[in-house]
This record gives sequence, C-alpha cells and structure tokens, in this order.
Amino acid sequence: MSGTAIRPKFERPSLSEIARERAPLALVPVLALAGFVSIGSFPTWVTLTVAGLAMGMMIFIMASGLTLVFGLMDVINFGHGAFVTVGAFVGFTVLGLLAGWTSDPSVLINLAAVFLAILAAMGITGLLGYAFERVIVMPVYGSHLKQILVTMGGLIVAQQLIHVIWGPDAIHISRPETLQGSYIVGTALVEKYRLLAVVIGLVLFAAMTYILNRTKIGLLVRAGVENGEMVEALGYRIGRLFLGVFMAGSALAGLGGVMWGLYQQTITAHMGSEIMVLVFIVVIIGGLGSVGGCFIGAMLVGLLSNYAAFLFPKLALVSTIALMMIVLMWRPQGLYPVVKAK
Amino acid sequence: MPEPLLTLDGVHTHIDQYHILQGVTLEVPAGGVSVLLGRNGAGKTTTLRTIMGLWHASSGTIRFDGRDITALATPDIARLGIAYVPENMGIFSDLTVRENLVLAATSGPPASDRLDWLFGLFPPLKTFWDSAAGTLSGGQKQMLSIARAIIEPRRLVLVDEPTKGLAPAIIVSVRKALQELKETDTTILLVEQNFQLASRVGDTVSVMDDGRIVHSGAMAELAGDRDMQERLMGLSLEAHQ
Repeated sequence: MSGTAIRPKFERPSLSEIARERAPLALVPVLALAGFVSIGSFPTWVTLTVAGLAMGMMIFIMASGLTLVFGLMDVINFGHGAFVTVGAFVGFTVLGLLAGWTSDPSVLINLAAVFLAILAAMGITGLLGYAFERVIVMPVYGSHLKQILVTMGGLIVAQQLIHVIWGPDAIHISRPETLQGSYIVGTALVEKYRLLAVVIGLVLFAAMTYILNRTKIGLLVRAGVENGEMVEALGYRIGRLFLGVFMAGSALAGLGGVMWGLYQQTITAHMGSEIMVLVFIVVIIGGLGSVGGCFIGAMLVGLLSNYAAFLFPKLALVSTIALMMIVLMWRPQGLYPVVKAK
Repeated sequence: MPEPLLTLDGVHTHIDQYHILQGVTLEVPAGGVSVLLGRNGAGKTTTLRTIMGLWHASSGTIRFDGRDITALATPDIARLGIAYVPENMGIFSDLTVRENLVLAATSGPPASDRLDWLFGLFPPLKTFWDSAAGTLSGGQKQMLSIARAIIEPRRLVLVDEPTKGLAPAIIVSVRKALQELKETDTTILLVEQNFQLASRVGDTVSVMDDGRIVHSGAMAELAGDRDMQERLMGLSLEAHQ
C-alpha cells in the first residue's frame, strides 16, 4: 500500500481570525471590569458579581439542555419551562419530606437533602421529558410552527396539572439551615446559597464539556448537531440520540428548577415560563447548539442583570434584551453557533 | 460477470412532488468499481441516497447480498457494511480529524494498521490529526470523507463525485485510493463526471438519463467506443476529461 506525494496545505487562520474567534471569551471579564468601574465600591461589586455569577449558572443549567435540543433536533421547545416548574415543585416536596434534614445544623446533612431533592427532580423531569418527546414533539419534527403550538400547549397543560396537584397559590420554599445567611468576605457580603449555585454550575459545565469532548456519546451529539443525516449514514440511530438528549435536557431543566426555586424562595406554576425569557436570550446569545456559547451568554446575562438592577433599576428589565441585540449586531448567529439559524 | 452484490429493480423515488428515479434497474457486481455516469440532474445522487435509505424508494426493490433492504432505515443499511461518501463530503467541521474517524469506526477504536494504511493514502490526515476538520482545505476534507468511509473494512462503498472541484494533485490521490481499495474485497459504486478517472478505475459502467439506466456494460467497451458515448451522452465523454 503506497503513499502519495501530496504536500499538505493547511489553511492556518490569521491573527485577526484567531482574535475574532476568541473575542467572546473576553466579554465576561470585560463586563465584570466595567461593572467594577461603574459601581465604584469593591464590597458591593463583589456581592453583585457573585450574585450575577450564581444567577448566570442557574440560567446556564436550564439553558444548556435547551440549546442542545435546538441544535441537535431543530426543535423549538417552548415547553422547556414546564420542566423547570415541575423540578421546583418536586424539589419542594422532597425537601418537605426531609424537613428533619433541612433543619439539621450539619452542612453535610443539609447538602444531602438538597442532593436528594435534585436527584428526584431530575429523575421525574427526565421521565416527563421521555413522554413529552414521544407524545408531543415526535409527531411535529420538521415543522417549527407546529412545534411552537404543541409545546406551548404542553406547557399550559403542565401548569394546570401543577395547579391540580400543588394548588394555585405561590409556595414559600425555605433553604436548608446552613445554606441561609451570608459569608462576610472582607467587607463584602456573599450569600452562602449563591456560592453553592456557582459550584454546582461549574461542576455541571465541566461535566458537560468532558462528556461532549471526551466520550463517544458526546462526539455523536456534536456530530448530530452539525449533520444528523451523516450520523445515520455512519450507522447510528439519531432518533435514540434525540430522545436521550431531550431527556437529559429536561432533567437539567428540573435541576435548574430546584436551584431557581431555592434561590427565589418562592415557587409558582408560572415560574418556568417566566424564566424562559432569559433562557431563550441566553441560547440566542450563545449561538444555537453551543454549550460553551450558552455558558458565556448565561454569565453575561447574570452579571448584567445584577449590575443594571443596582445602577439603573428602571433599565434592569431591558438590559438583557439590549445585550442580545448588541451581540446579534456583532455576530448575527450568536457567539459560537454550531448550527446556523435558518 | 460475478454475482451482483447490489441489485436495484424498477426503483422509483419521489422527492416531494418530483418523480426523480423512474424505474432504475441496476446491478453492481461484487468486487471492483462500478461507475454511474450521466449528465447533471439525471438521478445519480438520488440513486445513491435511495440505496443508503436517506430517501426511500416509493416502489421497486433494492437487494444487497440477496437481502431486501428497500425499507430498511439508514443506520441498519450502514451496519450491513455499506458506507457513503456524499457529494458535499458530509464531514463534521466542529470535530477534529481524529474525532471524525473515531466516530466512523462503529465496531471499536480504529485499528492501528488500518490507520497506517489510511495515512499512507492520505498523509495530510496524519499531519492534521488533531485539527478541526472545518479548517482543512477542500481536498483534505475529501480525503477525510473517503477515509471515514473506509476506516473499517466495508463491503460496499458509495462514492458521489469525489473529485468535483479538486486540484489535479488531489485527484491523483483519490484515484490511487480507489485503486488500492479495489484491490481489497471492497466493492465501489462510483458516481463521477471525470471520465478520465472513471475509465481508469471503473470495471463496469451504467449511464443514467432522466431517472433511468439507459446503458450498462463493461467500462472498456464504452471507453473505446466514441459513437456509443455520443449516443448515450449526447457528446463525447472525452469532453468531460
């Protein structure tokens, strides 16, 4: 078997192309720096930055599954918020059953209670994701309009079922004993729960990065996002991959629901649909199908929301939408699109 | 002529309201290279995609090694040992060269001797092993696309216009790869517009027109008969060289 005498010609990117490619990585530090300059007080900046990162991590948890579902399956799932809500209510129920654990002064027992609540929420929302994909989403693959209509319908049905099971009123949800209050770092106040949210978000991001880049399942997901037909031509059943990713995305939404519920300390049947506005903004800023882009987008949205709420309270609501508009004017497909918007 | 490995019998394929394949009957003998020729829009790519199950035949039968595969799903067809190199190469740009090949090796990590053979055929794949496939040049992407199809021994490889738009040096490489592959047990069904290459590697040839096979026979017979080329294609195939 002979070789050939072809001279390899590699189209090496120029410095400007490399800079353009990596520019989004600088956005979070630049925003944090701009926040520091605008706020002027170091302790206040630390408090707001940790709050922003915690909020960003929770939005990332909810958005990461959605962006993969978008990218891999080309499905616009407006029902994603239902899994957030169900996750929060399941978490509330489990924490209620473990009231003895949540009031215990031991950090480990408190964390175990939160862990079990998360596990239950992810399990149930994952199974609901299975049913949602098979019954509601599968018949409308390829039709965006029908997807929007049926997933919105699914969301409304889920909200009404929550009313039936847990009642229509907002429910207060208490954080476990040792997750209440704040640490004092120098002269800055840092809420304990927000630190936990940052840690869980970072662990999840690291795990997703590992799975997507180092495992065959991850390779299949990345390849499927780009060209599902070719994945099938290689001998893999893309339908099973779709289902697995949809279930994982639903379970992540459930995890996000528990975290968001404990963050807000109040849960309602509409909390999922309310947070979905920020989730969709993050997915669009990050670029469809991109977990890395989604992570950067979530950090930007979290930080900007907190800085804006402190500096310009009346502009807080529009700040994230303005951010999305600016990003899309710079990069019309988002920061790191894996799938080009059609 | 050896027993056919692949048989298409009266295959019709519709894409939306268009009736593309209008009764394709084709035999691909086991071993060697069968070439499918025809003008643009004749139905060559549709034939390959229908064999692969990417578009389903609305009627007719496709048999592979005696087994009816007409209604099989694409992954099941691929698992029978049929690989596909699409016209657009279909590489995963976001994945590295290594990841593209690892993904294509469905029965486990790629064998090292197989990789060495592929590196011999396509040296740039070794050079850019850990580079994102999207950063390769067009020719290198085609090499990767072919390498991915043959990363494991296959029984049949469907190759759609592998030299389209490539530089002459890369075309030589592709031809050598096809010739080496031909020496193994692999059967190749090649769609190609470059008649010089097709006639050098092809053993049998079928010509398509308007969604039908209008001629089948030995490649040597067609290559040596300019009148037949004129009659089948409307112009001398030398014009395609």
